[in-house]
Amino acid sequence: MPSKRILIKDHTAEANLFAWRSLIGLLVVFAMIAMVLTNLYYLQISSYEDYQTRSNGNRIKVLPVAPNRGLIYDRNGVLLAENRPVFSLQVIPEETKNLNSTLARLSVLLKIDDDGIADFHADMKRIRRFKPVTLINRLTPEEVAIFSAKQHLYPGVSIEARLARYYPYGSALTHVLGYVAKINKQDLQKLSEAGFEANYAATYDIGKRGIEKYHEELLHGEVGYQEVEVNNQGRVIRTLDFNPPVPGQDIVLNIDVELQLAAEKAFAGERGSIVAMDPTDGGILALYSSPSYDPNLFVHGISSKNYKKLLKSDRPLFNRATQGQYPPASTVKPLLALAGLEAEVITPETQINDYGKYQLKNVARVWRDHNPWGHGLVNVTKAIEVSCDIYFYDMAYKLGIDRISESMSEFGFGDYTGIDLHEEADGIMPSRGIIKALYNRPWYIGDTINIGIGQSYWTTTPVQLTQAITTLVNKGKRIIPQVIRGEINQGEIVLNAIKERRPIDIKNEYNWDVVLDAMYGTVNRQGSARNAFKGAHYISAGKTGTAQLVSIAQDEKYDATKLSKKNHDNAMYVGYAPYDNPEIVMSVVLENAGHGGAQAAPIARKMMDNYFKERTFPEHIVIEHLGQSPQSNPLIETEGE
Amino acid sequence: MLRTKLETNQPSLLNRIHCDGILLSGLLLLMAVGLITIYSAGGQDIALIQRQVIRLGIALTVMLVVAQIPPLAYQKLSIYFYIAGIAMLIAVLVIGVSSKGAQRWLDLGVTRFQPSEIMKLALPMMVAWYISRFNLPPKLWQILVGLGLVAVPTLLIARQPDLGTSLLIASSGVFALFLAGMSWSFISFIGVAVSAFTPIMWFFLMKDYQKQRVLTFLNPESDPLGSGYHIIQSQIAIGSGGAQGKGWLQGTQSQLEFLPERHTDFIFAVFSEEFGFWGVVGLLAIYAFIVIRGMLIAIRAQDAFCKILAGSITLTFFVYVFVNMGMVSGILPVVGVPLPLVSYGGTSMVTLLAGFGILMAISTQKRIMSRV
Repeated sequence: MPSKRILIKDHTAEANLFAWRSLIGLLVVFAMIAMVLTNLYYLQISSYEDYQTRSNGNRIKVLPVAPNRGLIYDRNGVLLAENRPVFSLQVIPEETKNLNSTLARLSVLLKIDDDGIADFHADMKRIRRFKPVTLINRLTPEEVAIFSAKQHLYPGVSIEARLARYYPYGSALTHVLGYVAKINKQDLQKLSEAGFEANYAATYDIGKRGIEKYHEELLHGEVGYQEVEVNNQGRVIRTLDFNPPVPGQDIVLNIDVELQLAAEKAFAGERGSIVAMDPTDGGILALYSSPSYDPNLFVHGISSKNYKKLLKSDRPLFNRATQGQYPPASTVKPLLALAGLEAEVITPETQINDYGKYQLKNVARVWRDHNPWGHGLVNVTKAIEVSCDIYFYDMAYKLGIDRISESMSEFGFGDYTGIDLHEEADGIMPSRGIIKALYNRPWYIGDTINIGIGQSYWTTTPVQLTQAITTLVNKGKRIIPQVIRGEINQGEIVLNAIKERRPIDIKNEYNWDVVLDAMYGTVNRQGSARNAFKGAHYISAGKTGTAQLVSIAQDEKYDATKLSKKNHDNAMYVGYAPYDNPEIVMSVVLENAGHGGAQAAPIARKMMDNYFKERTFPEHIVIEHLGQSPQSNPLIETEGE
Repeated sequence: MLRTKLETNQPSLLNRIHCDGILLSGLLLLMAVGLITIYSAGGQDIALIQRQVIRLGIALTVMLVVAQIPPLAYQKLSIYFYIAGIAMLIAVLVIGVSSKGAQRWLDLGVTRFQPSEIMKLALPMMVAWYISRFNLPPKLWQILVGLGLVAVPTLLIARQPDLGTSLLIASSGVFALFLAGMSWSFISFIGVAVSAFTPIMWFFLMKDYQKQRVLTFLNPESDPLGSGYHIIQSQIAIGSGGAQGKGWLQGTQSQLEFLPERHTDFIFAVFSEEFGFWGVVGLLAIYAFIVIRGMLIAIRAQDAFCKILAGSITLTFFVYVFVNMGMVSGILPVVGVPLPLVSYGGTSMVTLLAGFGILMAISTQKRIMSRV
């Protein structure tokens, strides 16, 4: 159907016109090619290095590799903290197709309860969306098998294997070892402030309490790095370079796990604590706070239900051995006696007549002895043995608060011992200044008299008391208690150096012997602990204490229903053995249990029995008075050195 | 003119089947480059290559079939193609099948069919037929009617919505008008009009996702993990290829799957990463070779219809190349246009080779028609 107009077309003109237009078209094409090439030149030649870097940034990831945490052994090589493989279920919310349906299906497959899902949602809020969130902390082998078979149905969900801490002795060592748990926001902040953030890049847990916390740096080790090529899913295609981590230091503690277990058994869940220390090197042989709890609960994230349970009961999280601040009561009488002797306020021969009451001139108040009829004629030795209060009221009055405070501070009261645990309180060694600062009131003479029996604002922690008695036993040598004994390097134990403070100046060594002899008498003559140690196969010395609790500075949060029980006396005991060459010093506190000699001393007895159970000692003939030669017993040889 | 150089009476096998050997060699070279690149981009999947080879075979067959049909027949059928195409585009809007938010397909029971593909050839044919009925250069009103013919399918396709295809189809019609001799003053007028129209388009016609694409194009780094991800990864792939390239199968961006749409729309990035700047120069040389050959065929064509149609098909072909490369390298916004004959896939290749079939028909069958 060509129309007539075609007939009059000027074909040559049209062809020329078309050729021109085609040429222009081609020129435009070349211009476009030039544009593309210019851009490509810019990308591939001019910016090559930039894009090369970004391309490598895409594909090469440096993955941190967590070091294995150092193991912890007791002094006899018993493993106290180990690393065990655990499997956890991780979800990367961004990589799931539908998070809610994934969670719903998983909760059916692996029987996750609503609490678990709720905890997951809480965790998810704290973690970036493209980072894995833990759904199940510990998968059983069965659960691992069930999930592995169906993993392909759950994109974004995976099983992660890692090593996690395990404490085989559970609650027996909690207050010594502490525990590790997941690094939280505050931990991260502290790490970044200390500049350790990079070292923890792959680390899951961090020491939260106890030795795990105190020696975190030692136990953690150094992070390693793995340079890998990844695809767009972040899946590792191959390893390009590997720089292995340096594992944490294996350490040995001074703790004797058998002694520790004996402590747990002796307390049987009653509130109290025990600290046992080697006076030769300051090593903590046992440190137990009762009640205790299972630290393994925290390693895998304690459920809020279990945590509430812990908070409600008798405060097991609280380390009574290092944080509990108790009036020392009569346990410090030997130290006070020493202060009096050294200050020459009394002599070993000074006697008073105790008829059960003590009064000052012009003061209406009457101070009474725990024995209403008194102890009759009492010298310092007897005063310690029978724990005569009147003798010490009088001595304290004569000595005065300033000298008492100064002398007791030398024994470490009112100050941190320096034990390698962060959970430590310092107690209060009252002085005029401190009482003014704390209570904004002047010091009264009555306060001084109460100080004489270890009351009146005076509080101490069991570890502090143990350290003070150790200083006495060591005749002024002050050793800082240490839980850690040494490090294991290539299978050899390298012992840490003993840490000491400036020793106390001895004025007259005989005074020290008088006091130590009185502690011997407490256990072995007519003293308050004689029943508890009857028949022991070793010779020990000690001092009982029964602390009246009008107000307790240690802890305000006691359950109201226990108020009556709360007002019962704390039973206390300090002791050491063997008497002639001490290897163990300990202090025992049993809260609201009554009399120290009847309640606390038997626990010390059990502990010492356990400690010396494989040892034999010569038969013991009681030394009746100081200076009587123990060599009257030909089997004892080392006395007097 | 050039007729003195025409072949003598011993036609080769290729000539006998109306196949332009020079054009064919360019096309085959390109397809080979495509297969090599797809092999790398698709994770060395032989099945993928087999499917592409089958597709290429079908497309080449279609091309040869189309080449057998005399250009006169196309001239006569143009108007019917065009009307049928318009009808199908309307049908798509009414009874079409939706996928990914756009209604572009007609369900034929056995297979799905995209009527806009028909229009890619039907529109230049229609415009060429219409404008070549008059003495060239065309008068203003003839140009306006021609633009009307362009506008109808363009708007219908834009409604689907498929902005990329509608603009490419519009450009094929406009190329035809340009080659026919549309006056320069009118061209400048159009230029001014288009720039005036841009804000109207932005505020009233473009959908949010289309606007987003443009915004992403202007600043891909604003959303590096979202809408900017494609273009950033693509530029990293191209740039990290450098002058020499990382080598075949060695492109980390593509092999490690950082690059999206690797074997389809973004295959140019894979090619650039693995073969580098000099590889791209070579690839562009092949495209330039095909375009020059196409334009030569157009210039040598016997009548205005053939010239305009051949020229329009050739220029549109290059526009596809330019738009794809521009998009992948970040100088044009992302529109879903494959790299012709290199990208893996679909119907567009059949249409493309049908277009080259028409070029071959025009190139090889001119002696059959006597000049009036």
